[in-house]
Amino acid sequence: MSLEDLYQEIILDHYKNPRNKGKIENPDIYRHAINPLCGDEIDISAKVENGVLTDVKFWGQGCSISQSSASLLTEALKGKTIEEAEHLIANFREMLAGHDFPDSSETDWGELEALRGVTKFPARLKCVSLAWNTAQEGIEGFRIKSQ
Amino acid sequence: MAVETQSQSRKEELSTPEDISDCRKDFPILSQKINNHPLVFLDNAASTQKPLSVIQKMQQMYEKEYANVHRGAYQLSAQITDEYEKARQKIADFINAPGTKNVIFTKNGSESINLVAYSWGRHFLKSGDEIIITEMEHHSNLIPWQILAQEKDVVLRVIPVLDDGTLDLETYKTLLSEKTKLVAVMHVSNVLGTVNPVTEIAALAHVTGARVLVDGAQSIPHFPVDVQAIDCDFFTFSGHKMLGPTGIGVLYGKEDILEEMPPFLGGGDMIADVWIDHATYNELPIKFEAGTPPFVEAIGLGTAVDYLNAIGMERVWAHEREITDYALFELKKIPGIRIFGPDTNRAGVISFCLGDIHPHDIATVLDQYAVAIRTGHHCAQPLMRRFGVAGTARASFYIYNTLEEVDILVNALNKTLEFFA
Repeated sequence: MSLEDLYQEIILDHYKNPRNKGKIENPDIYRHAINPLCGDEIDISAKVENGVLTDVKFWGQGCSISQSSASLLTEALKGKTIEEAEHLIANFREMLAGHDFPDSSETDWGELEALRGVTKFPARLKCVSLAWNTAQEGIEGFRIKSQ
Repeated sequence: MAVETQSQSRKEELSTPEDISDCRKDFPILSQKINNHPLVFLDNAASTQKPLSVIQKMQQMYEKEYANVHRGAYQLSAQITDEYEKARQKIADFINAPGTKNVIFTKNGSESINLVAYSWGRHFLKSGDEIIITEMEHHSNLIPWQILAQEKDVVLRVIPVLDDGTLDLETYKTLLSEKTKLVAVMHVSNVLGTVNPVTEIAALAHVTGARVLVDGAQSIPHFPVDVQAIDCDFFTFSGHKMLGPTGIGVLYGKEDILEEMPPFLGGGDMIADVWIDHATYNELPIKFEAGTPPFVEAIGLGTAVDYLNAIGMERVWAHEREITDYALFELKKIPGIRIFGPDTNRAGVISFCLGDIHPHDIATVLDQYAVAIRTGHHCAQPLMRRFGVAGTARASFYIYNTLEEVDILVNALNKTLEFFA
């Protein structure tokens, strides 16, 4: 276990140059969450058209792990259907629980792989999962609303 | 007794204040390695490690001395009841309380404060009364008063924190009025290390007739405390921050005030005589100790007090001031570091930010060097907002920390800077 396992280049890059950072106006999906342990904040907002996440943004403040994870999430979810997004989030959570990513050709799997190092640092699991849990809650809210 | 002999020989061994970190060998946990580095434990404001005497005493109780207190007419129960009450006496002596009636055992410092809020606060406060707190309070000395304020329509007034991390006493004087019924203030800040002038604060409050509660969680482990000299009405603390076990806390109160207060929790032990529709209550301090108390933990805390007494609290304080002065001096050399709190008259708690590196990331790098620090808001979110930060990193020292460990901390922080450069 070394620091480089956790702070892989992709993670540091997304931390220093976050992708899709901001807030979508009139979003179809919006969820704000905090980690009460450290005060980190994440906003996930998204546009949905015909069941597809056409735009996904995050806003937040916090550590390199929580913010890079959110940045990677926005790239991974953009362009996916609601169903695909939920599937990806579920798989991602499986990975955090120590299980393997399923064999899949989903987009951006490669970059998300960089977050696997966090599983060796149990104290940081809450940091990496904050954005993903927030997105899942946002999607669930959207599904209930659209029913 | 073995423990007292051990303590006595320790006292003889330690001849100068600087020497007391030699007590490290009494703490088994400190000899282990984490990530191939010796453990450098700098999270003592959260909880301290335990000396062998405390660990062994508690194990011995479970192996040879265990029975419930205040119950059985048999030897084991009588003996452990005696030990429980002796532990109470040790704590009364340690804080210079007039007697054991003033010392109530609770679960922790938070419960001690809640006991006052629920029993004294709900009984004596009415709509329009005011409670003065400070901007630096730990949530444990804030939330109980918020809940009470909402329930009883009581107003919370706040003493601001100045830029140097001390309290704005001039504003405090203007907040005091005949409406003030309580001033609740922490003795030492768990974030800034500020030692608040509680004796002066109490004297000013008493002029208006207000009661004074001092949260001593961060003071009692580190320097001599005399509750009668402070003249506070309540003083609260936890055992686990002063070498004792978890699950034990203390509420000190002035006897006349405790006598007037209704019970907090109802149940066994706290009663005198019970009918099906009413009851009379036990005398102090048992009136406030419903149910089987954490007596093993209380006796363990008594053993921790023995250990601290053997070193001497003046020497504990001298050691911590030395290590804190050294740490402040060395930390200030690190480029981009922002240290919170006053330069002088401060306890061994140092909160800092390092450039724009998030405290969590600092802690992870330090953990690789087995340096254990705390990060986050330290249960003091209003104070974090006051200083415009979401959280800080915090190193806090105790008797077993050394100047060499400060060097390891500083070195690890420099490595953190390199890593995130």
